This record gives sequence, structure tokens and C-alpha cells, in this order.
Amino acid sequence: MSTRIEVAEKILSANDKLADTVRQKFDTAGVFAINIMASPGAGKTTFIIKLLETLRGRLRMGVIEGDLASSIDADKAAAAGLPAVQINTGGECHLDAVMVDGALQRLSLEDLDLVIIENVGNLVCPINFKIGSHMNLLIASIPEGDDKPYKYPGAYRGVDALVISKIDLLPYVPFNMDYFRKGVEILNPGLVTFPLSAKTGEGMEICADWLVNKFKNWKANL
Amino acid sequence: MHELAVTQSILSIALENARKVDAKQITGINLLIGQMASLVDDSIQFYWDILSEGTIALGAKLNIKRIPTQMRCFDCGHIFSPSPDTFDCPACDSIRVQVIQGDEMRVDSIDVE
Repeated sequence: MSTRIEVAEKILSANDKLADTVRQKFDTAGVFAINIMASPGAGKTTFIIKLLETLRGRLRMGVIEGDLASSIDADKAAAAGLPAVQINTGGECHLDAVMVDGALQRLSLEDLDLVIIENVGNLVCPINFKIGSHMNLLIASIPEGDDKPYKYPGAYRGVDALVISKIDLLPYVPFNMDYFRKGVEILNPGLVTFPLSAKTGEGMEICADWLVNKFKNWKANL
Repeated sequence: MHELAVTQSILSIALENARKVDAKQITGINLLIGQMASLVDDSIQFYWDILSEGTIALGAKLNIKRIPTQMRCFDCGHIFSPSPDTFDCPACDSIRVQVIQGDEMRVDSIDVE
């Protein structure tokens, strides 16, 4: 005869708890952490490196790069002068709090104001796994198409800011901005968005200024 | 895609709760999973069969209750399930809608002996 035991626990509660600890480590160091999510090829690394250039002299930035394999992204970031740590997930489709907690030990937080955590390129899994960041930022690139909010609602619902990247390609690819924005507005009303091109630099300054303000407000209330 | 990590978490929650009541065997796991949670039942079952080996949860039946996505219209208050390609309110065509359920990922209860 079996007995039923009420559990009523979130499946990922253990990860959630560790993410809280990771966030406290960032808080203690006075470092603002941003979790960047996007599909593969959306331009995450290019955006991060351009952001470093734009923020130079204003915020000290470091990066944690998540990929299934290789250290290509961390090498690129390091070549651009960013303190960079690579996490290889070995096949996992997302970063989790354990991986980021481990990566923190290889980064000198005391020398930084801002840590960008580049999640694995994927619009499905990363959103379910908290990693201790203060903010989630999604990058949607123009060539991906305007229907992505409708196809990947979870990714659009769980973020605090949206970068619309590669806008220099708008004249060349079919992309209905109104249809795209309508989907975004339904899933995440009032979401702050930054249309930009990391290649030409258009829109980067506005995004960087917003991040600097975000950081200052956060730091003032810490 | 992330069912391996999810299944590991389900197993550890089940084993932890079974240990608290000194259960000899876990016979069932009752999960509540929203339609928007991007989890595939068969994939969870696949990992479950592998991961639960050597534990008291081996052979437990996974009962997955799917919670349909529901939205509420801010303008007319209509509650509806969205169609696959649009989220507009079917009653008044408003786009001012809010997701009210469908992204749950919970272990509701376990059955033990």
C-alpha cells in the first residue's frame, strides 16, 4: 500500500538556491552581473566586445563565456582586453548556478564593476536556470526573423532588456518590425529595447549609457 | 533539451522527501509541468530510467500532468488558450494580454511504500 507525500517543490529549487548564493557573492564584491541569452549566431560575443569598447573608462568589465566546447569566445574577449573565463558545459544546453559559481573563482571580482555572462546559444533552456545574475538580457538578431517571440515565448518573457542586433541588415532581409514588436509587447509589456548594430556601432552608445545608469542605480541601493 | 538536468533535480527532490519519511520504495512521482515549460515527457522518462537505477526510485511511475497555457486579456478580461501563431485576445483582438499559467515545473507529490 503506497502513501502519497505532498512535495509541492519547484523542480529546479536547488539551482535557484545556489543562484541566490552566487548573486550574494556579486553583491558583496559590488559587481553587477548580466546574463546574456540569444540563439547561436545572434552576435552575443561581437556585442560584448563592442560594449567593452563603448564602456572603456566608465565601467570595468569582465566576461564569463559559456559554450558546449572550445574557448573561441573567451580567446576573442581576452584578445580585446577583457578578463575572460570560459565555461565548457560538455554538452549541457545551458549554464547553471554551479558552473557560474565555479567560474567566479577564476575571475578577480575586486577589479571589476560589471560581469557579462554569455550563456550557451539557445532560446529554450537557459531561461529556466537562474545563474545569480542581476539582469537577464536577450539579443534577437534581424536575420533570425520576426516570428521568434511567437516561437520562443519563454525566452522573451523572462528578460529585463532586449537588444535587437544587426539592424544594418534590415534593408536586405525580410523582417516586419511591427509584427516582431507586437509579439514582444504581448509577452513582456514595456520591455526596454535597444535596436543596434555592433558592427557599425549604431545604437551602441544609447545601450551603454542605459547600462551605466542601471549600474549606478543598483550600486547606490546596494 | 535540458531534460537531463531537470530529471536529476526531480530524482534528488524525490529521494530527499522519501528519506524524510524512511520510505523503502518510491512507487510514483507526480509532476506538474506547464505547456510552455519546454520539457518533453518521453525524454524525462528516458533519463529517469537511467538515473534512478540503484536507488529506491527505480521503477517509479512518472505521472506528468500538463498544465495548458492560459492568457488573460487586460482589456476585456477574457481568459483563453492562445493559438499557435498569435497571442491576440480572440474575444476583442486586444494585444494587451498576460500569461497566467503554463510555465510551471513542480514536483507535486510522491507515492512511497
